[in-house]
Amino acid sequence: MSELLRSYLTVAIFGAVAILLVSSLLGLGSVLRPQRAQGGKYLSYESGVDAVGTGWAQAEIRYYIFALLFVLFDVEAVFIFPWATRLEAYGAFGAIEMGIFIVILALGLLYAWRKGVLRWI
Amino acid sequence: MILGADPLLTGPIDLTAVAIVAFKTLLVFVFLLVATMLMIWFERKVHGDMTNRIGPNQAGPFGVLQSVADGIKVFFKEDLIPDRSDRFVFKLAPYLSVVPAFVTFAVVPIGGVFGDGERGVVSMFGRDTRLQLADPPIGILLVLAMSSIAVYGVMLAGWSSGSKYPLLGSVRASAQMVSYEAALGLSVVAVVLVSGTLTTSGIVASQHVWNWNIWATGAVPFIIFVIAATAELNRPPFDLVEAEQELVGGFHTEYSSVRFALFYLAEFMNTVTMSAIIVTLFLGGPNGPALIGPDWVWGPIWFFAKLLVFLFMFVWFRATLPRFRYDQLMDLGWKALIPLALGWLLLLVAVRVADDEDWNVFVVMAAALAVMAAAYGLLVLAFRAARRVHEVEAAI
Repeated sequence: MSELLRSYLTVAIFGAVAILLVSSLLGLGSVLRPQRAQGGKYLSYESGVDAVGTGWAQAEIRYYIFALLFVLFDVEAVFIFPWATRLEAYGAFGAIEMGIFIVILALGLLYAWRKGVLRWI
Repeated sequence: MILGADPLLTGPIDLTAVAIVAFKTLLVFVFLLVATMLMIWFERKVHGDMTNRIGPNQAGPFGVLQSVADGIKVFFKEDLIPDRSDRFVFKLAPYLSVVPAFVTFAVVPIGGVFGDGERGVVSMFGRDTRLQLADPPIGILLVLAMSSIAVYGVMLAGWSSGSKYPLLGSVRASAQMVSYEAALGLSVVAVVLVSGTLTTSGIVASQHVWNWNIWATGAVPFIIFVIAATAELNRPPFDLVEAEQELVGGFHTEYSSVRFALFYLAEFMNTVTMSAIIVTLFLGGPNGPALIGPDWVWGPIWFFAKLLVFLFMFVWFRATLPRFRYDQLMDLGWKALIPLALGWLLLLVAVRVADDEDWNVFVVMAAALAVMAAAYGLLVLAFRAARRVHEVEAAI
């Protein structure tokens, strides 16, 4: 295994330990806790009255628009991070290129803003 | 050679190396669990003091064992899964909440001597290693990736409950978390610019003793990061996710017993982890002057001292600040923090490149400030336009 992968292996080991912890806590709980099934216990909570309709109600469309905008900024991070580590190597050329990139991105945000996408009613 | 690789893991792996990795895993694991337990107690105690109450004081001295008592209680509670829920996802969600909180801590340097040419390497059982569990070459991106996965935990928990309040809580939570994730990422870019590396050990090494990133980046990214981190953690004043008055318990309304406790655990573990990340990125991690005794003792001491400051700060936020309204929250994220982070990033780049290429720094600063002023003017115009549209619509 390459040296690169070894440092991720320790991360993976730690992740496995975390999964082990969660499942052992849940396992311990399932051994210790009482199980007294009664019909009313498994209803969805809706402030004490019987639940109306399904739980999967419609949600505001704006949530999804924010998610789309987020993808824009997250993809941008993919470009910015590698450049940020090599700032001195690319010097003025890289800085101006990235400046143009960020300005275009900011214009996109400004456009969304102007369109009223960012306004929450 | 890979920059930042743990010297323990370069070259052939023998039994000692495996033993050291196992030992470190155990150490970090136990530390994180104990720290989370203590954080829950600390929050309740300090918040109690701030609101003129006593707080937990029955279990153990000063109520320190309160979290243990609560934990034991929760094991004896019946576990209910609503009929309407999606059972598989309902059971999966606690894992997705807890595991990222753990994994993030693996890249935090807890100690080690950072100095001239030294990069936080200590000797353990005759082998050189770092006082951090893992040191992948993209350490800080791992942190961002894990905080993205934590969104899934919250989102799926709310969705799979098949109930209205959890669903509302979880869509709120995911929109809030992705919004602030963008600002969070952009303020991390400023740190990467200054430190020139993505490894957490490299970032800490570049802040040797007093050259902390909080002033190397000009404090603004630090402030953005702290605000965005508070929102990422869904902690007050950004705790709309579980706004009790509106949403009962938010995304974990339908959870009970151990599964509920796991969400609670993840929340506080995330607070500890995020504080550790703030310390690592902006306050030099375990860097600090060694006073008396061997050098390596002081790394963990400074680290914990700085960690405690931020843990206290999060509790202080909760006791002091009223909750944001949802539109204010989104406005702060998209209309204030992200443009500010982008602008500050460009300013920082201009100054550093100018310094590097021997341009007149003052001219560059003046030009950059002029550009920022123009951008600010544009923003004000955009605000006015938005308000006009709003007024016209209100009139109709």
